[in-house]
Amino acid sequence: MTYPSDLFVAVEVIDGRPAALVYEMLGLARGLLEESGGVIHACVLGSGLDGLAEDLIAHGADKAYVVDAPFLAAYQADLWLPDLVAVIGKVEPDAVIVGHTPFGADLAPRLAFRLGTVVATGCNRASVEGGKLHVTRPCYGGKAEEVVSFLTSPAVFTVKPKCFSPSPAKDNRGGEIVRLESVLDPASVRTRVREARREVGDGARLETASTVIAGGGGMKGPRGFELAGRLADLLGGAVGASRVACDLGWCPPSRQIGLSGKTIAPELYFAIGISGAGQHMAGCGNAKTIIAINTDLHAPIFRYARYGIVGDCHEVMPALIEKIEARRK
Amino acid sequence: MKIVVCVKEIPDPDLAASIFSVDEKARKVILPPGTRHVMSPFDAQAVEVALRIRDASGEAAITLLCLGAETARSIIKHGLALGADEAILLCDPAFDDGDSFTTARSLAAAIAKIGHVDLVLTGRQAADGDLGVVGCGIGELLNLPTVTFAASVTVAGKTLVIERALGDGSETVEAPMPAVVTISHEVGSVRHPSLRETMKAARKPVTMWTAKDIGLAPPDIGARGARRVLERLYVPVSDVECEFIRGETPGELAANLVDRLSNASLI
Repeated sequence: MTYPSDLFVAVEVIDGRPAALVYEMLGLARGLLEESGGVIHACVLGSGLDGLAEDLIAHGADKAYVVDAPFLAAYQADLWLPDLVAVIGKVEPDAVIVGHTPFGADLAPRLAFRLGTVVATGCNRASVEGGKLHVTRPCYGGKAEEVVSFLTSPAVFTVKPKCFSPSPAKDNRGGEIVRLESVLDPASVRTRVREARREVGDGARLETASTVIAGGGGMKGPRGFELAGRLADLLGGAVGASRVACDLGWCPPSRQIGLSGKTIAPELYFAIGISGAGQHMAGCGNAKTIIAINTDLHAPIFRYARYGIVGDCHEVMPALIEKIEARRK
Repeated sequence: MKIVVCVKEIPDPDLAASIFSVDEKARKVILPPGTRHVMSPFDAQAVEVALRIRDASGEAAITLLCLGAETARSIIKHGLALGADEAILLCDPAFDDGDSFTTARSLAAAIAKIGHVDLVLTGRQAADGDLGVVGCGIGELLNLPTVTFAASVTVAGKTLVIERALGDGSETVEAPMPAVVTISHEVGSVRHPSLRETMKAARKPVTMWTAKDIGLAPPDIGARGARRVLERLYVPVSDVECEFIRGETPGELAANLVDRLSNASLI
């Protein structure tokens, strides 16, 4: 079987390095090429990209394309699309893989339409079946899953974090680095970023923490999140939240977990005052062990939880904190 | 200025998982009889943004555009009762069984036919498909600048100033009109229809366009135009069995949970 023969990975750069999700995408790509033994092409655009191409090759890219120019420093669709489309035109991949992040969710649909093809977003599984690429994604607010295949080429799809094993770095991997001049016509850039603000907070910690204490509507206010914070500190974890809690301003939007928030997969996930609606579970369903505290015995969260307490989180959380502190002594 | 808001009719996104099922053979969702159909929440927030722009500037013509079935008239009525001026319903069996590509193509053609549109607003994703691509698709097909995940949109002359909500931060982006902006939930609460607007709504024009009206026919649209194949649709089964912790008091519950977790080497 010769399909797929070429896979294209669009690389998101965070603080001068490929986003962790990129290594998962490289791992996925290698898995998809297991039978056909094809080529992984990774493409990165930006400014001051020293060492990035080498990093991508060390992590499994067979070819790393780099377009390095000062005007590409900050991502905007109008800035990136011309060069990306040019490289894809040269490579003619069977599929283009992008990370499902605010960057990828902005880039991938435009790229797909510009290429005259269709895109599947937020995928959590991908495989080759009968010579066709099949990708799986949640839909209906996380209540269902669909498997789709593509009638046009390249297939474009975005993948959620923590669904695929990352490709590890190996120093002795060989690969080709292709440095390209940008083909961008600056006059074609129609939008302008006036100001960008990075939140100084625990957003990044949330994605890598092995324990997460998440609160939802049942917290009934910001006070519950103070308790969640103390519990998180005790267990060396991070605090997360459902969309309801963020919409009500009980904690910053960077803590939001779910379909329109972050996707995480910690070892231990405390879902406190969270009903367990599909939109939320789509962001934390891959957690290894879920512990739920909810006043409603029939809350859907108990169908995903390994351990459950039917009770008021405002009483149970302080008691948990007390018991864990007592144990430590 | 002229604003078009693309809205979609979907089954109640808050429908409980316990009464939601799928016919795997037909690859269709089975909804309990009497299930509410609503305007996709992110699209409702897009309508809210259009109304806020009008509130701020004093003038803006707001047109709702919907690709849907006859039943979509109920969400259109709702949008008009909120304050939109008119609506266009793209309704035709020729649109059936399309995909995100044909949907974007149809909406783009309708927007081109409407003409002189300054701003296209739509939700960042539909709360049934959850794909989040049609807004960008419309922008690409009409060659319009497109900005996603907007938490607010203000008009400064011929320029839009958009606050984008980006998970770990935010950015302020400028885009020239005409443009497409997709709306995210950080926009906040939407208004409710006033009695006055609801009464006015009954007299607002709702026009139905067929595929022919917008110059499209299969294989550009419908099942023959779809570029993706739905291979399977199913409800994933959770095989986790929940152990409910026993206890008469919060203290007991907490102590027993800590014991279980500790014995399982989880903490």
